[in-house]
Amino acid sequence: MSKIAITSEGPSLEDQMDSRFGRAAGFVVIDMDTMSSHYIENGQSQIMAQGAGIQAAQLIAKAGAGWVLTGYVGPKAFQALSAVGIKVVQDLRDITVGEALERFKSGGLKIAQAPNRESGK
Amino acid sequence: MIVSVASGKGGTGKTTVAASLSRVWDRPVTLVDMDVEEPNLHLFLHPVIEGKSSANLEIPVIDESRCTSCGQCSDLCQFKAIALMGSVLLTFPELCHGCGGCIAVCPEGALSPGERELGEISVGKAGGAGFLMGRLRVGEAMSPPFMRMVKAKLVEIIGESERDAIIDAPPGVSCPAVNAVMDSDVIVLVTEPTPFGFHDFKLAWEAFSPLSKPMGAIINRAGLGNDDVYRFCTKSQIPILAELPFDRAIAEAYARGRVIADEFPRLREIFLSLRDGIRELADTGSREAARA
Repeated sequence: MSKIAITSEGPSLEDQMDSRFGRAAGFVVIDMDTMSSHYIENGQSQIMAQGAGIQAAQLIAKAGAGWVLTGYVGPKAFQALSAVGIKVVQDLRDITVGEALERFKSGGLKIAQAPNRESGK
Repeated sequence: MIVSVASGKGGTGKTTVAASLSRVWDRPVTLVDMDVEEPNLHLFLHPVIEGKSSANLEIPVIDESRCTSCGQCSDLCQFKAIALMGSVLLTFPELCHGCGGCIAVCPEGALSPGERELGEISVGKAGGAGFLMGRLRVGEAMSPPFMRMVKAKLVEIIGESERDAIIDAPPGVSCPAVNAVMDSDVIVLVTEPTPFGFHDFKLAWEAFSPLSKPMGAIINRAGLGNDDVYRFCTKSQIPILAELPFDRAIAEAYARGRVIADEFPRLREIFLSLRDGIRELADTGSREAARA
């Protein structure tokens, strides 16, 4: 669990979380060992008619993250993330990236067992 | 000759026009319901179906023992129907358009063609006319690949018997609508003189113009709304091939599933003149194509 990815409207910990996964503006990826973070743009996925969630999942996998903290995940994205054992925490919204990180550190966040959004939403 | 009956707005009378046109067409003709997401021409023509076949799309099947996770298939696919996640290759068949590109680029022979059912194609007869209908499987989103299969069947039928075809196209101006009309010789746009009808008529005109096909308009429910669509047709040199009056008796006949050219002699006259107008338009189109 060394890296977590948080869907975000911007690159910093002060930015609001983006509640969408596939069509999130981007992902703040935090290395939990060093607490260093970097930002991945997701603009290319946002403009896709379909498959945005799958492409976003590929970005997460490429970044080497083992966890995703987000609001809503569709079925295909969920399947893609699960296929490589990336753990999903969903139903997070209206908080900043930093607040999400704090909740993660304090523990007690539930790992999702199923997607919570229909395809394409 | 292939004639498509299309419209920007739904519910303007495409099926009404296609069904009635088939009744006055005096050459061998096949009626094609290309509104594959919700075909309804059969409700008016009551065809005798002589054959049904399922239409399948080619989708990739992964042989995991051969896959080296090189990612070439995943990079090629614009629809994310095949996606490399780390070292795991996943397929999402419902997103696949069946292009076969992934199978072609795989250097390891790890992908082979499988099948997914898109819908059902029915062939039959409706009175003296041939009848062809595509019905997309409920829940299926890939209408253009399915429509290409219906059109391939049409080409087969036309090739065998030198028939004309009248295509009842889906409404709108997106991929399915463009797919339905793109191979025709003449496009007839059905509209109504209402603000919604006019707005979507302009969209359809703009969407189909790049196809460089002769286009004409049919004004249904004439007498309703305003003159905007007439002014636009004059300005853009779109011939108005027919006007169908706004009349409760027509709506009642339609609601009973009747073909209006059969029910009302005065409308039959309008469809006869429409038929001749369409042929004239097709001739003009082929003369212009010959000059160009």
